[in-house]
Amino acid sequence: MVTSFRSKLHNFIKNFYTLLIFIFLYAPIVVLIVFSFNASKYGTQWEGFTLDWYIKLFEDRAIMKSFYYTVAVAVLSSSIATVIGTFAAIGIHNMKPLRRQVMLNINNLPILNPDIVTGVSMMALFVFFKAQLGFITMLLAHITFNIPYVILSVLPKLRQMPKDILEAAMDLGATPWYAFRKVIVPEISPGIITGALIAFTMSIDDFVISFFTTGNGVSNLSIVIYSMARRGLNPKINALSTIMFVSVLLLLLIVNRQQGKESKKTYRIKGSEM
Amino acid sequence: MLKKYSGHPYIMWSLIFIVFPLLLVIYYSLVKASPETGKIIFSVEGYKTFAQPLYLKVFMKSIILAIEATVLCLIIGYPIAYIISTMQAKTQKIVALLLILPMWMNFLLRTYAWMAILKKNGFLNMFLEALGLPTVNLLFSDGAVLLGMVYNFLPFMVLPIYTVLSKIDKSVIEAAGDLGANSKTVLRKVVLPLSIPGVMSGITMVFMPAVSTFVISSLLGGGRSVLIGNLVEQQFLSVNNWNFGSAISVVLMVFILISMGLMKRYDAGEKGEMSLW
Repeated sequence: MVTSFRSKLHNFIKNFYTLLIFIFLYAPIVVLIVFSFNASKYGTQWEGFTLDWYIKLFEDRAIMKSFYYTVAVAVLSSSIATVIGTFAAIGIHNMKPLRRQVMLNINNLPILNPDIVTGVSMMALFVFFKAQLGFITMLLAHITFNIPYVILSVLPKLRQMPKDILEAAMDLGATPWYAFRKVIVPEISPGIITGALIAFTMSIDDFVISFFTTGNGVSNLSIVIYSMARRGLNPKINALSTIMFVSVLLLLLIVNRQQGKESKKTYRIKGSEM
Repeated sequence: MLKKYSGHPYIMWSLIFIVFPLLLVIYYSLVKASPETGKIIFSVEGYKTFAQPLYLKVFMKSIILAIEATVLCLIIGYPIAYIISTMQAKTQKIVALLLILPMWMNFLLRTYAWMAILKKNGFLNMFLEALGLPTVNLLFSDGAVLLGMVYNFLPFMVLPIYTVLSKIDKSVIEAAGDLGANSKTVLRKVVLPLSIPGVMSGITMVFMPAVSTFVISSLLGGGRSVLIGNLVEQQFLSVNNWNFGSAISVVLMVFILISMGLMKRYDAGEKGEMSLW
């Protein structure tokens, strides 16, 4: 009796704590979402339901333009970084140990360094070469901080790959390029996809590095949010948050379902091997 | 061919876009334009300025705030990581997913949300008033900055600890129980020591962004909470003193890399060629 009461209390405390943490994590998001439908502009008083802020959001040229830049930079930088990073990973994988170690450490620098140092150093580079800060410089910066993530996702897959698979393919008459496309890429494709996805989200989410490497009226969503938030609260940001949260939620659900299917598949393959 | 040359584009890229810019920052931290002739001369003035009590105080404040945020994240995060790891496999997955979901939302929006909650006639005070409690003025204070840090970086602490905890071999815990340890002893002598690598990477993942942030301090701290990140930003974007700005960046970078190196010694999880630091 006593133990069962104690374990019940134990469970209650556990659940209560979990609930508290989730309230802490989600309360701000819920507040944003609820108030994106509030007719009142400044107050926190509820003054009735409205979709005005959403309409105003889509009418806001600056926000829409920055949205376009955000997506363009994310798509371009993650694709370019994926290509360079995949080849780089193959190169690094086949390097002699010392060179590989040096290369990996350089590769880790943008990940380990504080964003602000990376941002400032890239800004210094562009100014040093008298490059006009804008879309291109922001894109170059994003590619640079994206490549390391691609490399770090592809390398483990290369290590898992049978060692002489490339030679075997070429002995059987494949050209290097054919062997690359038909043998290596299929083997490492999960790593490439993960790397590309990480790169894409990093790019979408980046503020600090973009903040230092852009200029000339080109800004991404993060920068626009920052400058709007510094001027105080703005219901349009609430509307934007709601849209972003819902899209992230949907995306995550889709990815999760996809992963569920995939893990079932690999499980089956592993099972048949045994 | 493929093996030999496929790394070359990135070698070039990383030299131009990673190594050279960092050398450039070090260079700028050591030179300035001479006031008389306008020529570039060697100068450690940036570092000297930084050594002034005013700026050292800012540096200390950033470190202390980051340590406070890290400790708070650990205290709040460890129990939740442990609780999740004891849940049933299916629930575990969903709860872990719910934990990272807010992280997927733009970092600035998450910080902005707290502005709406903490401001004078904001959500928190409305709530307090409804309960008949006195209102508080939290926005634009160090407390708000700390709160913002904990909120934004808590998942970074929970996830690595959870990952390590969920990988602990259950038979080890059972064995300890069979050998007569009660649940508290098991937690203290078995689970806790085994989770240290997760705790270590959690600490690095919270401390690093916390010590160098300028977004949280400028949105939630207003003008009152100047941290080292704000200092760097101001020197590069408004004051235009690159010599000083670069000196701070170099100090910050060295500080981070050294503390990462120290942390890595205790982090048994990531050995091998991932990193030398």
